[in-house]
Amino acid sequence: MSLLHKAGRLAFPDVEAPGAPPLLEVDDLHTSFRTPLGLVRAVDGVSFTLQRGRTMGLVGESGSGKTVLSRSIMGLLPRANLERSGRVLFSGHDITAMRPRELRQVWGAHIAMVFQDPMTALNPVVRIGRQITEHLRLHLSMSRSEARETAIALLNSVGIPEPRARLRSYPFQLSGGMRQRVMIAIALACGPKLLLADEPTTGLDVTIQAQILDLLAAQQAERYMAMILVTHDLGVVAGRADDVVVMYAGKIVEMGPTNALFSDVKMPYTEALLASIPRLTDPVHTRLSAIEGRPPDLVSPPHGCRFAPRCRYVQARCTEEEPPLVEGDTPGHLFACWFPVGSITTRGPRPTTAAQSGPSS
Amino acid sequence: MTVSDPATAPQSAATAAPRPGPGGIAAAPLPPGLFHDGAVLTVEHLVVEFPAPRGRRVHAVSDVSFDVRDGETLGLVGESGCGKSTTGRAIIRVDRPTSGRVVFDGTELTALGPEALRRARTRIQLIFQDPISSLNPRRRVRDIVAEPLAIWQRGTPAEREQRVRDAITAVGLDYDAAADRRPHEFSGGQCQRISIARALMLDPKVVICDEPVSALDVSVQAQILNLLEDMKARYGLTLLFIAHDLAVVRNISDRVAVMYLGRLCELGPSDDVYARPAHPYTVALLASIPEPDPAAARNVTPIAGDIPSPIDPPSGCRFRTRCPFAQQRCTDEVPPLTAIGPERFVACHFPLATSGPRSSAGSAGSSPEPAPPIQVDTPPTAP
Repeated sequence: MSLLHKAGRLAFPDVEAPGAPPLLEVDDLHTSFRTPLGLVRAVDGVSFTLQRGRTMGLVGESGSGKTVLSRSIMGLLPRANLERSGRVLFSGHDITAMRPRELRQVWGAHIAMVFQDPMTALNPVVRIGRQITEHLRLHLSMSRSEARETAIALLNSVGIPEPRARLRSYPFQLSGGMRQRVMIAIALACGPKLLLADEPTTGLDVTIQAQILDLLAAQQAERYMAMILVTHDLGVVAGRADDVVVMYAGKIVEMGPTNALFSDVKMPYTEALLASIPRLTDPVHTRLSAIEGRPPDLVSPPHGCRFAPRCRYVQARCTEEEPPLVEGDTPGHLFACWFPVGSITTRGPRPTTAAQSGPSS
Repeated sequence: MTVSDPATAPQSAATAAPRPGPGGIAAAPLPPGLFHDGAVLTVEHLVVEFPAPRGRRVHAVSDVSFDVRDGETLGLVGESGCGKSTTGRAIIRVDRPTSGRVVFDGTELTALGPEALRRARTRIQLIFQDPISSLNPRRRVRDIVAEPLAIWQRGTPAEREQRVRDAITAVGLDYDAAADRRPHEFSGGQCQRISIARALMLDPKVVICDEPVSALDVSVQAQILNLLEDMKARYGLTLLFIAHDLAVVRNISDRVAVMYLGRLCELGPSDDVYARPAHPYTVALLASIPEPDPAAARNVTPIAGDIPSPIDPPSGCRFRTRCPFAQQRCTDEVPPLTAIGPERFVACHFPLATSGPRSSAGSAGSSPEPAPPIQVDTPPTAP
């Protein structure tokens, strides 16, 4: 994989030939961790493809495997106690088969990541300027002054005031929103084709969150990057993603184009997740429909559908056979459910109090 | 609950002369109708400042006044650094107020000695944001929940155990399965249930919930919000609910108070504030919320800029540096909290929408026409 782009042409145009492989193809990816309690199946058979210029929202609660999936795609997980199978093809090259040396050429230059917590992701004792220019000098072989001017342009493009002065700042001298902008500038520095944004706005205030999401969308459109936006907030993906993938207990339970998915939710988990969000349009003191119970233990997940123990529509078949991820009436809209929303008229009773069973073991 | 006449309101400061506070903050006169008869908790001209390096001061809370009526839920909302948590903590003097008064059930908490304060605190409880770190990891759940009773020697050991059993069951946990376990064996949502059980042991009147659901997943967040509503009804609680999530605050609150950088911006009934926000900051906050609906139009440009430092806050209106309607007057004068309708108060020289006739009190009478609503404009960057 050669570094085709040079300094000053960071926003390279898409020259993808017809018939070329998709930018990212994940094929039956399994990622498990060996722990004293047993094998934790964090990602359990995930497949999808992502084309250039598209934004995919990857949604799930804590423990759903969304972060492990995004790190598996990048090849960022430590190899100790890791069991992995399946393929991650980036422009036709299998990332899972690459040696660390090859991976280092991919990271930053072709696939970049924006992490959740910019304070811990940035090096606290290195000035902002060097943290940006080291990528430019390494991957794009820029001279010191060239890299410096590019860094200033990058900081300017992510909306940091006085970029020249900011190069000499340390991360602690910046606010959370500004630090996240620096993270984005670093991620964009070498013009990656794929940007993984792992909960990029989770620690930020709501007005700053809107700024950062707008910035990511603008940069993505300008550079014609593909982006995977990992989040627990369905509100964030609703307005920003072309496609949505919903994960539960290590598996994709529903995926499809954003509008199709939100207008015709098929998987009871997605429905329950949407229903549990308080809405501004609801009257005050509206009782929220909570999802009872808690996500399953990934060491010994339940038999059949993993959401069955918490599902309000659960039937006998759900606990016996695992539902496959199949396409419904709308092209591209897939879901894993024997009895999708709307197919059963007899709904199970919904308890009004949120009762939880005993503690975990 | 009736709105008190300012002339007869017992603790109303509306008629009191403005007095200078520390740090050059002149306590502005309060609008009539801000305080209510029979309010269970009254916060009056609360100022909290912390020392900062080089002799400077962090202006965490600057001249904040509101009250909480018996049985209501007041939502206190704002972004990080707005002083909402400090306000909650200053009420029970976890953080010491620099000046101002806090009156709880007829007792002035800010004037109490240590022993009297300890006694008073049994009736105001606090629930913290991080449920796991607010429970002692080395103690069993039954001891954690029973500790308030043990400290105050309430009842016999058998009675105490029954109270603990009732409380743990009431918050939706199985007593026999949970009592002998330690906090690390529980999920975040379950730990928050234990915190709630502990807070209820001494029959508090007021529970201050400091971001109780911020650390939880949405599905669990809904469980805890429902539980708080249940506990409020069952034990006759009054809640001061502090959060940054406007949708969560709207769901649980009867009235809502919006704070920005240590000052109160807007106060009013939740429905009214959300339907007709009067402060430009409230408008901006509401516009920033991502709606879980792709069809919902994101039609308002988010406000630019960062939150200024509370060490050196802007003069005049503290929101002026980010406000699209800021005028010279916003730099020169601190906008006082002004009544703009029944139960509606706003601290802005040029409030946007008003829900009722303008009060002649305060400065609203002399202000020009309200500024036009925020320009509807699709961000050019949106995909």
